[in-house]
Amino acid sequence: MADAAGIEIQDVLKTYDGVRAVDIDRLRVEPRSTLALIGPSGCGKSTLLRLVVGLLAPDRGTIRIDGTPMGPGSRLALQRRMGYVIQEGGLFPHLTARENVVLVARDLGWPEARIQARIQELLELTQIPPEILERFPTQISGGQRQRVALMRALLLDPDVLLMDEPFTALDPMIRSDLQRELKEVFDRLRKAVLFVTHDMAEAAFISGEIAIMNRGSILQRGSFRELVRNPATPFVTEFIRAQRPLEAPDQSPT
Amino acid sequence: MTRAARLLLTAFWTFVLASHAPCARAEGRVTVGSKAFPESWVLAEALAHVLRSEGVADVAHRNNLGGTEIVYQALRAGGVDVYPEYTGTIAQVILHRATSATLDEMRGALSKEGIGVSEPLGFNDSYALAVTPRVHERYRLETIGDLGRHPELRLGLTHEFLGRPDGWPGLVRHYGLSMPHVLGIQHELAYTALESGRIDVTDIYTTDAEIERLHLHVLRDDRGFFPRYEAVWLYRLDLERREPRALDAMRRLAGRIDEARMIRANARVVLGHRSYGEAADSLLAEALARGPQRSGAPGATMWGAMLRNTGQHVKLVLLSLLVAVLVGIPLGVLAARSAWLGSAILSVTGLLQTIPSLALLAALIPLFGIGVVPALIALFLYSLLPIVRNTYVGLTTLPSPLEEAAAGIGLSPRAQLFRVRLPMASPAIMAGIKTSAVINVGTATLAALIGAGGLGEPILSGIQLRQGSLILQGAVPAALLALLVQRLFDLVDRAAIPQGLRLPPPGR
Repeated sequence: MADAAGIEIQDVLKTYDGVRAVDIDRLRVEPRSTLALIGPSGCGKSTLLRLVVGLLAPDRGTIRIDGTPMGPGSRLALQRRMGYVIQEGGLFPHLTARENVVLVARDLGWPEARIQARIQELLELTQIPPEILERFPTQISGGQRQRVALMRALLLDPDVLLMDEPFTALDPMIRSDLQRELKEVFDRLRKAVLFVTHDMAEAAFISGEIAIMNRGSILQRGSFRELVRNPATPFVTEFIRAQRPLEAPDQSPT
Repeated sequence: MTRAARLLLTAFWTFVLASHAPCARAEGRVTVGSKAFPESWVLAEALAHVLRSEGVADVAHRNNLGGTEIVYQALRAGGVDVYPEYTGTIAQVILHRATSATLDEMRGALSKEGIGVSEPLGFNDSYALAVTPRVHERYRLETIGDLGRHPELRLGLTHEFLGRPDGWPGLVRHYGLSMPHVLGIQHELAYTALESGRIDVTDIYTTDAEIERLHLHVLRDDRGFFPRYEAVWLYRLDLERREPRALDAMRRLAGRIDEARMIRANARVVLGHRSYGEAADSLLAEALARGPQRSGAPGATMWGAMLRNTGQHVKLVLLSLLVAVLVGIPLGVLAARSAWLGSAILSVTGLLQTIPSLALLAALIPLFGIGVVPALIALFLYSLLPIVRNTYVGLTTLPSPLEEAAAGIGLSPRAQLFRVRLPMASPAIMAGIKTSAVINVGTATLAALIGAGGLGEPILSGIQLRQGSLILQGAVPAALLALLVQRLFDLVDRAAIPQGLRLPPPGR
């Protein structure tokens, strides 16, 4: 099982007009584990996600999802083994929340009964009131939109979850509620999760493991405590310090 | 948009081509054409009357064909068998020769195209310059050369006259004139301007009805500049074999219509507000010394004509729009696929838009004849750009998180297009279709220029006859139609644009 890593990035280079957007020797997200990827805006984390989802092709190197290399031929099948939650949800405004959630299942030709059963499971998991599903994205709150987006990402029961700064646009109260809910969901589902954020508190809360990225490369990977105590580069120190008023969180896992 | 659309399209063109294709030239069938001005209508109608009275079974008159280029192309293509033309125009516009070419030289050149030139009808409809009696007396103007003594005179000349080498530029050189006050003006409006004293001199056709009405003084061309514009028939040479009675009819009219008769006939239409059928009858009564005849078509009532023209207009607009939608949306989808294909498709459809409508119609006639088919094709081509461009823009400007979601959550390319991209682009696409439809209602008035009918017919005739009421019979229904189309599409929007996209934007 050890080689069937959830996400495996090997020797991947992606440049734009000669500028290195992503340059990573090796990065793995093990099955049933969560990795928070953090870095300032423009550090390449969004590009990295787009590479993982197959929306971009790397200049060189391989990305494997559950052992299968991502490429034009395997992209669609691999995308269906990944749940992808986009910044601000990425819900389609012309579809109701329910239609958004079942879009891919319908495309795959799932029978109606199977779709209904799966929706029931996910409603319980995400604690969304059922009537929310009948509304259009513009008619529900930002927090509910993120729950629906999570529901859409989970519908096919993927092995891998990718989350691209899902809570950035939310106000702090809702954000902290959602962070707690999401952590519970991760703990229950035990999927390989790559959680991208630029907020250190969120990263430390969501995941035991944090990878700090800058200028396309991973500078250091470890628990929050390790990053604070043994920063690999001055940038790590600086990045953590810039995120004050943050105290080392007491529930930070080891 | 796939198999069903293709089937629909095939069925549509089959229907159109079957019902309107330039029919096989048959015995006992003659189509007389005319350009969009009264003299041409009256002459063509007169020939049609003679043909009918000689027992030719099926005689049609297609009037208001948009101009020399269009009616001549129609003659070559066989949509028209014969029409009245002027020797100067044949030499200049059709053969691109000096206006001094003889009738035999023209016959020689045109016979290669299968076109014959009849004997002259008997009158010369040339350009001339004319002044009002008041100006004539005040400045003592008799000849064109006399203008040179009065550079303060104000000239209102038609745009065509100003542009033609056998018009103003040649005249100035020939007479050594130097007139500083020259304005371009539309022919019918020039008479109004002359009458009210806003201009002193204008160019006229020597058979214009207004010469008599306004007692205009025509300046003598004492140095012989203006070529002769003898009226003749241009006809398809295959008429000799197919329907020799048509040639008999032309021979009977040869030399029978002099300038005075033609001026009177024009005056009956333009000033007396008689139908050109009646005017043709009176002309024939004078020319052939024959009694009054029942003219061909009974005069339709105003409401009947308006209803028929509006119906035809709606048909032209809707059919061309339907095909433009069926072709334009897939083209827009294709254009959004690759940058190369996109710029190619958008350039070509954009280029189509820049072709002047008369040039496009003239180019279509050799391929499709005259009537509804070339009109539909022209309208279809003009409708494409807004639909293709809006589809393309709608598909390529998806907000980036949605673009990410569309491409990244595991949707098949087909579902991406039909479940996400096209519905998301539907407001833009509908706006494009609406633009096309409204423009189409206006452009379709040009269909009358190639004999496809519609609301352009009363508008064209009304401009020629200076009858405001006739223009309104076309313009008012056209304007109402444009408003109706707008309203109609507001309703269609509700069906075509998903409800979620019609919600008010969320407050942030």
